[in-house]
Amino acid sequence: MKTPGELRKSISFAIIGSGGAGALTAGAILLETAGKAGWYGIMNRSVGPQIRGGEAAALVRLTTHPVDCMAESYDFVIAIDWRNADRFAAEMPLAADGLAIGDTAGGEVPDVIAASGITVAQMAMKDLAGSVQGGRENMIAAGLAAKLAGLPVDTLMAVVEAKLASKGDEAINASRACISIGVSEADRFEQSFHLDKPVTGSTGRWLITGNEAIGLGAVRGGIRFAAAYPITPATEVLEWLAPALTRVGGALVQAEDELASINMAIGASFGGRASITATSGPGLALMVEALGLATASEIPIVVVDVMRGGPSTGIPTKSEQSDLNIAVYGCHGDAPHIVVAPLSVADCLFTAQWAVHLAEAMQAPAIVLSDQSLGQARALVDRPADIAFVAKRNVLGSEVEEAYDRYALTGSGVSPMALPGTAGGQYTADGLTHTVKGVPSSKESDHQNQLDKRRDKIENFDYGNHWADIEISNDDCTDTQFTILTWGSLAGPAREAMHTLAAEGISVKLLAIRLISPFLKQNFLDALQGSQRILIVEQTHSGQFHEYLRAKCDIPGEVRHFHRAGPKLIGPAEICARIRDWKTS
Amino acid sequence: MTAGVTSKVIGSAGELLAHAYQMELEAQERYGYLADQMEMHNNADLAKLFRELARVEGIHAGDILEQMQGMQVPQINPLDYKWSGSESPEALDMGDMHYMMTPRQALLLALKAEQNAFEFFDHLLKSTDDEDTRRFAAEFAEEEQEHVELVLKELKKHPESDERTREDMDPPIQQE
Amino acid sequence: MNIQQSPNFKASDYKSGLTPVWCPGCGDFHVLLSVTKALAELGTPPENVAVISGIGCSSRIPAYTNCYGFHGVHGRSLALGAGLKVARPDLTVMVMSGDGDGFSIGGNHFLHACRRNVDMTYIVMDNRVYGMTKGQPSPTTEPDWDSALSPGGTGLSPFHPLVIALASGANFVAREFSGDIKGSTRTIVEAVRHPGFSFVEILSPCVTFRPDERQWKTQTHAASVEATDDPARAARRIMTDDGFNVGVLYRGRRKPYETHVSDLAGDPAILEEEFAV
Ligand SMILES: Cc1ncc(C[n+]2csc(CCOP(=O)(O)OP(=O)(O)O)c2C)c(N)n1
Ligand code: SF4
Repeated sequence: MKTPGELRKSISFAIIGSGGAGALTAGAILLETAGKAGWYGIMNRSVGPQIRGGEAAALVRLTTHPVDCMAESYDFVIAIDWRNADRFAAEMPLAADGLAIGDTAGGEVPDVIAASGITVAQMAMKDLAGSVQGGRENMIAAGLAAKLAGLPVDTLMAVVEAKLASKGDEAINASRACISIGVSEADRFEQSFHLDKPVTGSTGRWLITGNEAIGLGAVRGGIRFAAAYPITPATEVLEWLAPALTRVGGALVQAEDELASINMAIGASFGGRASITATSGPGLALMVEALGLATASEIPIVVVDVMRGGPSTGIPTKSEQSDLNIAVYGCHGDAPHIVVAPLSVADCLFTAQWAVHLAEAMQAPAIVLSDQSLGQARALVDRPADIAFVAKRNVLGSEVEEAYDRYALTGSGVSPMALPGTAGGQYTADGLTHTVKGVPSSKESDHQNQLDKRRDKIENFDYGNHWADIEISNDDCTDTQFTILTWGSLAGPAREAMHTLAAEGISVKLLAIRLISPFLKQNFLDALQGSQRILIVEQTHSGQFHEYLRAKCDIPGEVRHFHRAGPKLIGPAEICARIRDWKTS
Repeated sequence: MTAGVTSKVIGSAGELLAHAYQMELEAQERYGYLADQMEMHNNADLAKLFRELARVEGIHAGDILEQMQGMQVPQINPLDYKWSGSESPEALDMGDMHYMMTPRQALLLALKAEQNAFEFFDHLLKSTDDEDTRRFAAEFAEEEQEHVELVLKELKKHPESDERTREDMDPPIQQE
Repeated sequence: MNIQQSPNFKASDYKSGLTPVWCPGCGDFHVLLSVTKALAELGTPPENVAVISGIGCSSRIPAYTNCYGFHGVHGRSLALGAGLKVARPDLTVMVMSGDGDGFSIGGNHFLHACRRNVDMTYIVMDNRVYGMTKGQPSPTTEPDWDSALSPGGTGLSPFHPLVIALASGANFVAREFSGDIKGSTRTIVEAVRHPGFSFVEILSPCVTFRPDERQWKTQTHAASVEATDDPARAARRIMTDDGFNVGVLYRGRRKPYETHVSDLAGDPAILEEEFAV
């Protein structure tokens, strides 16, 4: 009998396999098991280019506390087979006390792993599964992983049973047998990576992906129409919305392309229904002209961009933050609109809901910049709080005065919008520069007035404190020397870096920006008060975020910049290393 | 395909009045649109001319409306008027317009429209036995004939010898 | 006076006070007239009608009506219209554009609008030229039509919108000549009433860049045969006619796109169950 090791706050493991071996399914089942047992976690995936039968890795991290990012080092990897595993090897560096277990019947152990000096064990998954009628290797891997991580095997069995309920007893029994084999095989190894007890006080746990959370946030915010054109990694937003919208009285239409999908959303919103579409970089590029139309004609819409590697078709299945520029600057002309970015998987819900509220309140397009690392990550999170933000459009009432001016110049810049069907409110929405009535005009004063109006309504809006997450690792410490300044999905790694450094006695402030555009300069500068050293972190090749900030204001203090293109995600350890370096330099 | 000179069967004085009224209204409206178009294209002479013609048709429409008092006048849906052509005979075909049109060219079109209107009533006069209908048809035909004379008189002020083809010295402007 | 109850709306009730910027003589004036007459005939209150367009001379039409209008971007009017109609099935949606807008930059949307069969009416004012940008050839322009951008002509066969509409699944196909106001009006009325996607190509002369099109007035003639509900027969007829055959050519029986939007909003809370662990 082995001695249990030290209990851990976070463990990470990968399950890999090819040819339909079910690695991703095993990962998902384990994540759910952890959730049922009260832990938190997050799972992402790495896949080959094949549609079916490709090599796939389920990357799982389980924790005792809420978690917003993947780990950078893995405790163990289980290979159902090692075929083409070198593709992922670099993405899952194993910890020094790590363990690699796999079946060499299907491929060699990748060089990086073999040469790393960690324990590499052979396990004949295929043969073991073959010993069970209808047995599956991935269930052996699941049993093995559960035991190594200290997950309750009963719970695992229950999750698998529920999943296979429709397949009948035979399948369930085969899976149970395989899980048991995996569990007993785990005893062969000295190491264990047991999780500590989860923190308590949670209001119940949700298992949700960023893409689903965007969909739910959108519907909560009032979205009742969606137009769709599939694209990786945004498709799941649309696929989730399709049945969901029907259940709440809305509709989704599949368009012929993104030119159509955004225009459909604009048309539906013109009709009074809060509307959304979701896409990724290539689709956003096609939507840019219509974003300008929505801006000029003041029709609210929400456009979700789940970013992937670019330019062009880029790396569809990998994350990057490189659509920042097109989202902010893509439109021709002066076209003020809203750009927001969710800061975690759970925050996808909040930010999408907020985006609906902002777009509707200001009658302007709002772009939500999510990315693959959030969108396709499945996370165990606390049940998100109910948020009050809902679509509240300033709509012209049925009592129409004599002369209705759709684009009247009001103090706020927002003018009541007549919805078709309202007698006396008829107007023509127009992308041409127009008068207050919407009549095309090339007069200087009309152009100026309408440009001012559209700018003012966005710049003068009260965004409250949602524009950014500002956190300090030590509440009692005010002279925070270091600030990590980031946006979107990198908030998670940055927060984790902040906590790690705090444990080492380095106090760090986190400034993670959710509202990218408009840029709230004064709030930004206030948040940086007292910061002497600012590390800007972003997942782009050219440093788009850094340049954006520089263009907007003089950043106080000393600034360093850590940026890198995808597909390798920037993680907490890399951020920590940079702060430590800086401290000692 | 637009102007029609022959009326299909019109059975009563009321129906005739409805047609006559509609004809004048449409003529008035049409001249008004043409005046707008010419104003938009800075052809002031023609704008003025069309505006005047619209005024005259308007007066005529008002007269007919008065005559309709106390009479049984049917309601007719736009597509059910018994014009033999696509539109009422007195409405100018907008397709014949040109922004550089001269008053003489416009008057020639107006002349044709007034003649069409005259023929509409004249044809009716000759083809119906109903006393009331004949009375109104005769009266309206006479009035249209007066309009014809008026236009002819106006035409004399713009003799062919004075006609100079107008030429646009500027190229067309591309928009949007 | 004893005029019996007049119709609810007159054509002029559907006109706005704006004077069109179109060249006098342009066929689009006629189309505007026919559309307003058709709406009066239909009796739909102006506020329940939406006229949606793209960019071009023809696409200027929404603001000249007294309906709700949307003058969108070049080529995307069908998408705007479809979104609106799906979101607001209670409205009468008319999408109106030109041959450049509808068949060139918006060509893909045309195919898919026919196929999707959303209950709306699509009127293309076909003048076989890009008017707004000063006379370039469009997909329906004859191969030998000379212009600055295509000296000597494009040498390309024109695109056949009616056949394409039919092949793509449009539920109602008609051709009209703008100057035939009565005919156009009748057809538009029928197109609006016909369920599903109705396509009406209206030959509408561009007197400025295609003065030759003034001849259409004498060239167009009523279709010599009745409309059919058999796409194969309709296709053969359309393919073999002289291009100036006007009237309703095809009345289909396909089921329109189904929309289920309702204002009885379900509570989004029901969507949360699936996420609870
Ligand atoms: C994206 C884009 N490309 C090009 C243009 C320029 N443009 C404006 S109208 C037009 C063609 C219009 O032709 P058509 O649809 O036939 O309309 P018409 O003017 O003849 O009525 C073009 C190319 C534009 N406005 N937008
Ligand atoms: S350019 Fe041609 S299409 Fe445009 S308004 Fe003039 S005549 Fe009509």
